[in-house]
Amino acid sequence: MHLTDDDIQDILRLLDTSFVNELHLKTEHFSLTLRRSGGEAGGWTQETHNTAPPKLVGGTAKPAAATDGRAAAAATPEPEGSLAVRAPMIGTFYRAPKPGALPFVEVGETVTEGTVVGIVEAMKLMNSVYAGAAGVITEICTADGQFVEQDHVLMRLRAEPA
Amino acid sequence: MIIRRVLIANRGEIAVRLIRSCRSLGIETVLAASEADLEALPARLADRTICVGGARPAQSYLDIEAIVAAALATKADAVHPGYGFLSENQRFAARCRAAGLIFIGPTEAQLDAVGDKLKARHHAVEAGLPVVPGGAVGSGEEAMDRAREIGFPILVKAVGGGGGRGMKLVQDPFKLAEIAALAMAEADAAFGDSRIYLERFVTSGRHVEVQLLGDGQQVVHLGDRDCSIQRRYQKLLEEAPAPNLPDSLRAAMRQAAVAFGRHLGYRGLGTVEFLVDCQRQEFYFLEMNARIQVEHPVTEAITGLDLVAEQIAVAEGRPLRLTQDQVVFTGHAIECRINAEDWQRDFHPSPGTVRTAVFPAGPGIRVDTHIEAGSAVPPFYDSMLAKIIVHGADRADCLARLRGALANCRVDGVATNTAMHQALLGQAEFAAGGVDTTYFARFLEQVGQNG
Repeated sequence: MHLTDDDIQDILRLLDTSFVNELHLKTEHFSLTLRRSGGEAGGWTQETHNTAPPKLVGGTAKPAAATDGRAAAAATPEPEGSLAVRAPMIGTFYRAPKPGALPFVEVGETVTEGTVVGIVEAMKLMNSVYAGAAGVITEICTADGQFVEQDHVLMRLRAEPA
Repeated sequence: MIIRRVLIANRGEIAVRLIRSCRSLGIETVLAASEADLEALPARLADRTICVGGARPAQSYLDIEAIVAAALATKADAVHPGYGFLSENQRFAARCRAAGLIFIGPTEAQLDAVGDKLKARHHAVEAGLPVVPGGAVGSGEEAMDRAREIGFPILVKAVGGGGGRGMKLVQDPFKLAEIAALAMAEADAAFGDSRIYLERFVTSGRHVEVQLLGDGQQVVHLGDRDCSIQRRYQKLLEEAPAPNLPDSLRAAMRQAAVAFGRHLGYRGLGTVEFLVDCQRQEFYFLEMNARIQVEHPVTEAITGLDLVAEQIAVAEGRPLRLTQDQVVFTGHAIECRINAEDWQRDFHPSPGTVRTAVFPAGPGIRVDTHIEAGSAVPPFYDSMLAKIIVHGADRADCLARLRGALANCRVDGVATNTAMHQALLGQAEFAAGGVDTTYFARFLEQVGQNG
């Protein structure tokens, strides 16, 4: 069963003049809840749920998760004196400002807290990754273009007071 | 040719919206989905779903061969590209044609004509449209002559530059010669090319666009939209018609857009974007978008038309079903884009899983979304969750309804920008209507959120 926006408006017209405050409609593959809004704004809210399974052609579906060589967040504690630079969010890690450009940093380079050491692209937005502390880069743990979870260790640095 | 089965080569809310129109037209739908979207709402609504590749756009939604193969394997007659992805890709349109598929969009020549900014500007000039006055100069004297034609303030750019590099703003005519000389020396040093380009600087501008529909012969306009509420060139709120625009200016823009469409012999849906110079009360052609746009529902609200149905009709080779006189505008409509962004943390993207998705309902309210409780918001695609579209008798009525609608909107599990829209609606300057493109950044500063 499929309801259009017009169908919902028709139902609401009927409900609006009634004493009904809530309507639940449930079919095999679809449910709709219409609620009179309790708030100041008045009006109605809608909540829909389509449970119809997708009709896949060829059944070539693979599980969506765990593709793309997604790297899981590391849980091991950092060794003494070493600090991890972690991904601020889930996304694709880039070491350079654009393809073909020089990486932001290399092993052995001195950074300050605000040094940009990489980019994580999420939802078509580029987000800078900062070193987070002053020190020297000791290890690059994630390859350019790799997909990472939030908090994944991207690189390590040895803290040194600036 | 009658289209009986369409492959939908897109995702998210536009896939849901396209499926709805196809269903009401009795057209079967096959959804081309990436691995990340196989469980999403469009896949549940489509008659069938075919996996076209990995989660990343380059492996699926941008993979021309995979999409064409999916259309052929499922015996689709046509492909609807939606917006973004392959929607304005000339190679994709050509590949569809070669495979015997109808590409629901303009011709390849039209995609080519408007796909490149310089080419589009050239066509606009040919069609008699105003463009931002400007030109290249080679000396200080030439610069003065050209500046007198253009008028101040003036933007001085290096011809060899780009992306804002080497740009200088000149307010005072007496300083032009000095700044031009300096800019030429700098351009020579930086780019090995001393030529500079002078362009009129629009201090206060509005982004107003005109919706076109053409069948390759006739072109009609379906009114204008104001999209001046933007952050980093991303539109956040759009309205139709553009508020507080002088009648003569509005009429001239609509006429110019139609002239451009006729010049191209345009077929399909398209939008001509203009920059309105608020101080001079003039407008300039910016570019044309040769696809259905995110903000099309505000036009549907005030015209009562289903733009996707019209787009499919002309793609079938049918003539326009309405004349300009039959296009009637009623009331005012506003669309708010609800994005998975934490607007209080510098619009930080917020992928994840939606826990609650309660949307407003009622007269004049339309919600276009692919989000329900339990929906995944993958990090691979843009952050739009829903569009709340409200139609009112006039702008004041529309704003009142919109406030109520946003108050009844509750999405949990991911951060959203709903509160940003509510804050914006509370501003007197916005409520008055007709703000320019610099307004939104000022609003963010005022409410303490840096854009």
